[in-house]
Amino acid sequence: MFVLVVGGGKVGYYLTKALIESGHEVVLMEKDRARATQIADEVGSIVIPHDGCEGKYLAEAGANRADIVAAVTGDDEDNLVICQIAKHHFAVRRSIARVNNPKNESLFKHLGVDEIISPTRMVLGSIEQDIPVHELLHLAALGEGELELIEAHLQAGSPAVGRAPKDLDIPEGCSLFAVIRDGVATPLRPDTVMREGDKVIAIGKTECEALLHGQLIGEAETADAR
Amino acid sequence: MKTVIVGCGRVGATLAEIFDLAGHEVIVLDTSTTAFERLPSTFRGSAVRGDGTDEDTLRRAGAEDADLFLAMTEGDNRNVMTAQLAGEELGAGRVLAKINDPLRAAAYAELGIATICRTTLMADAVAEWLGMPTSGTPGIQAPTGVHHGGEHHAASDAAQRPGGTRSVAARRS
Repeated sequence: MFVLVVGGGKVGYYLTKALIESGHEVVLMEKDRARATQIADEVGSIVIPHDGCEGKYLAEAGANRADIVAAVTGDDEDNLVICQIAKHHFAVRRSIARVNNPKNESLFKHLGVDEIISPTRMVLGSIEQDIPVHELLHLAALGEGELELIEAHLQAGSPAVGRAPKDLDIPEGCSLFAVIRDGVATPLRPDTVMREGDKVIAIGKTECEALLHGQLIGEAETADAR
Repeated sequence: MKTVIVGCGRVGATLAEIFDLAGHEVIVLDTSTTAFERLPSTFRGSAVRGDGTDEDTLRRAGAEDADLFLAMTEGDNRNVMTAQLAGEELGAGRVLAKINDPLRAAAYAELGIATICRTTLMADAVAEWLGMPTSGTPGIQAPTGVHHGGEHHAASDAAQRPGGTRSVAARRS
């Protein structure tokens, strides 16, 4: 497979090396001459020290016979243009763009880019998935720190889902007093049944935290996958 | 008429002044507030600091449903992206992008946005002044194709395009 990589930053550099290792034909375009030379010293004469947004240099790089063009520069607008010119001017079958601003994903798809890679979205997704599962969120410490205000995001598998505070084994010195459901905060009564997705606000002694964690989040081994 | 201008350089600021004096509702965007110093003190339109390639920024600036949308920054690719955003997502009527690379200017005219190319304009002006043959390329290239999810429509459907997409500037020969 002949892959044309545009952008010799960290992503483009490691991508080029990995593609060579797996036996593909690769050409890398990097417009910064010093950077291009630096990479060429290592991987050989497959680096073209020119701007991959320019049709002339894309032609020089052999874009017309490329199977895939991967636009992985740090600038979204450049990556868009590279993919569009590759597809429409050189009839490249598949174009891949790195997208830094996650809001550009749908626009790029709509404008004909075949595949979108969004590092920002990936990290974001990972953060959003992981944090609430593992932790009780500390909102505030009261007094000298002997009491803490805590938020627990109820996930599937939490012992509290489908039950009311009166059915739970709430440790002495703790109380569950409010629930945020669909963005609306209401007082939590002893008979309010809690649901998945609820954020429960509790107040409790610092030393009760582990017990509270067990009741609202679940046991550590089920929550902590790492 | 609502006119949005992205990029408040010499060209952008000059156009902003012209359209403002002509009574248009003008919105100018630039990433730098110092660029707005180019606007005359009499300018009645709005000058918004922000990135014109960002959809949310454009919406906040009130750039939706503009009758005329001009992408006039110093970056060819930024102009391309802004112009496509305006045409595809923000419901702009007529869109013009400044693209100084002649190849890209031609390519994007084929992809459905009107383009103006300073390189061709100036080279032709000089050639004309010297009585030498010009490129024959219009200074503004009208869109000859439409972008639909990556499908490239040939120049032949230019005839079916709604009014206003015919050659905008017929060059004097």
